Amino acid sequence: MMTPEQNFMRKIEAEEKIEPKDWMPEAYRQNLIRQISQHAHSEVIGMQPEGNWITRAPSLRRKAVLLSKVQDEGGHGLYLYSATETLGVKRADLIAAMQSGEAKYASIFNYPTQTWADIGAIGWLVDGAAIVNQISLQRTSYGPYSRAMIRICKEESFHQRQGYELMIALAHGSPAQKAMAQDALNRFYWPALMMFGPHDAESAHSAKSMTWKIKRETNDDLRQKFIDQTVPQIEFLGLVHPDQDLKWNAERGHYDSGEIDWKEFYNVINGNGHCNRQRVEHHIRAHEEGAWVRDAMTAYNAKQRAKTTEQRQAA
Amino acid sequence: MSDFNLKAATQEYATRLGDDAVVLGHRLSEWTSNGPFLEEDIALSNVALDYIGRARMYYTYAAELAGNGKTEDDFAYTRDMREYRNLLIHELPRGDFAYTMVRQLLVDVFNTYYLPELAKSADSTLAGIAQKAIKETRYHLRRSHEWTLRLGDGTEASHQRMQRALESLWGYTHELFDADPLELQLADAGIGVHNAALRPTWLAQVSAILTEATLTVPKDDWAVRGGRVGYHTENLGHLLNDMQFLHRAYPGCQW
Repeated sequence: MMTPEQNFMRKIEAEEKIEPKDWMPEAYRQNLIRQISQHAHSEVIGMQPEGNWITRAPSLRRKAVLLSKVQDEGGHGLYLYSATETLGVKRADLIAAMQSGEAKYASIFNYPTQTWADIGAIGWLVDGAAIVNQISLQRTSYGPYSRAMIRICKEESFHQRQGYELMIALAHGSPAQKAMAQDALNRFYWPALMMFGPHDAESAHSAKSMTWKIKRETNDDLRQKFIDQTVPQIEFLGLVHPDQDLKWNAERGHYDSGEIDWKEFYNVINGNGHCNRQRVEHHIRAHEEGAWVRDAMTAYNAKQRAKTTEQRQAA
Repeated sequence: MSDFNLKAATQEYATRLGDDAVVLGHRLSEWTSNGPFLEEDIALSNVALDYIGRARMYYTYAAELAGNGKTEDDFAYTRDMREYRNLLIHELPRGDFAYTMVRQLLVDVFNTYYLPELAKSADSTLAGIAQKAIKETRYHLRRSHEWTLRLGDGTEASHQRMQRALESLWGYTHELFDADPLELQLADAGIGVHNAALRPTWLAQVSAILTEATLTVPKDDWAVRGGRVGYHTENLGHLLNDMQFLHRAYPGCQW
C-alpha cells in the first residue's frame, strides 16, 4: 500500500495532473496558492499601467485593441483567482493580502508607462517574457493552473504580436517616433529580463517547485530563451540593443549578456519602485469606491430572496 | 434637396452619430481598472468597446462620403471642441458608478427605440450600422436596467446616489429628442429618424424602470442644449485634450 504522499509523488513523476480533490502536501498547496494568486494579482495590477494610455491611444483602432487587451487581462485575473480558489481560499482574502503588501504581483508593473511607445514595449517585451514563462507552465503539475495557462497563452501571443506591430509603426515613423520606441525599449528591456526572477542559485522557491513540477524550467533557462528570441526582433525594428555586452557564444549556442542590476531588482521587489505605492493605492481606492455598490447588490439580493420566500409561504 | 446636399447632410449626420459614440465610449473607458469589482470592470470595458466600434463605423462612412482621403481618425483626432457635434449627455464626466449607470439607462432606452428606426433608413450603410448596434444595445440595457434596480432598491446610500444622479442628468435628456433642420430633412427623406416621436415611449419605459427601482421620475423643469451646434460643456475640451494628445504633440504622424 502506498502512502498518500507516495501516491502523490508517483503521479508527479508519471506526469499525471494533480486535481483539486486529490491529496497533496500542505506545502505544495501553499506554494501553489502563492504562485497562482501572485499571477492573478499581476494580471489585475497590470491593467493600470496599460489603462494609463486607453484615453490617449492615438487611433480608434489602437484604442479598441488596447481596451480589449486590458479587458483580457482582467479576464485572466478572473480565471486565475478561480484556479486559486480550487485550493480552498477565497478571492476576497487573496485581494486583501495583495492590498496589505503580504502577497506580491509582478514587479514589472511598478514601472511607469511614460509614453505611448511603452504600450508597444509592454506588449512585445513584457507579454513576450510572460509567454516564455507561461508556455513552460502549461505543463505545470496542478491541473486547474495548467488549463488556465493553456487558455491564457493563446491570448497573450495575440497581445505580443499587437505590441510588436505597434513598435514597428513607431520604428518606421518620424524620427521622434523612432526615438520614442528606442527609449521605451531601453527602459523596459532590463525590467523584462528581471521578470524571470533571481538567478537559480538565489531563487527562494525554485528547488521545491521544480521537484513538484509546479515550475518546469529554471529562471535562468527561461531568461536565456527570451534573450535569444529578442535579439532578431530588435534588429528587425532597426533599434539599438540596450545590452552593450551582448555577444553570440557559438560554443553555448546562446547569447551571452550583461549582468542585470540586481540592486534595482530587489529595490522594486521590496516595494520601493516608481509605482509600487501608486499601484496598490489605486487598487484600494477603486475597491473602496466600489464598496457601496457591492453593499447595495447584497442588500438587493437579500430583499429579493425575502420576497420569494414570502410568496412561497403565501402560496 | 439635391443629391449633393443629401450626401453632405448624410455625412454630417454620420459624423454627429460618430461623435456621440466616441465621446461616450471614452467616458466608459475611464472605468477600466476603476470598476467596483473585477467582473464589472470587464463588463464596462466591453460596453466602451461597443461604442468605440460604433464610432469607427459612423466615421468611416462619413469619411467615405467626404471622399477626400480622410479617415475615421481624422474625424476623431483633428477636430476641436467647437467642431464636435455630440449631444451633451455623452460628454458629462463619468461620475460615480450611480451616475454612469443612470446615464447608461437613459441612453440605452433611447437607443432601444432610436436604432430600430435607423435600421429602417433608406441609407443602407446607416441601416447596417444600426442593425449591428441594436444587438449590443439590448445587452447594454439589460445591464443598466438590472443595475438601476439593484442600486435604486439596494441600500439607502445607493438609492440616494441614484436619485441624485438622475436629478443631475435629467435636464440633458431633452436634447436626445431635438432635431435641427438638417436632421428633420434627413428624417423626411427616410434617411434619419424623427426623434421627437420617440419621447413618449422613452419616457414611459424609463418611468416604469425607475418606479420599479423605487426611484422618482424627475420634474421636466430644466433643459440644457447645444451639442448639435458645438456649444459644449467645459468637460469636452478636457476629454479631447486627453484623447488628441499625441496628434497635438506630434502633428501629421501615423500611429
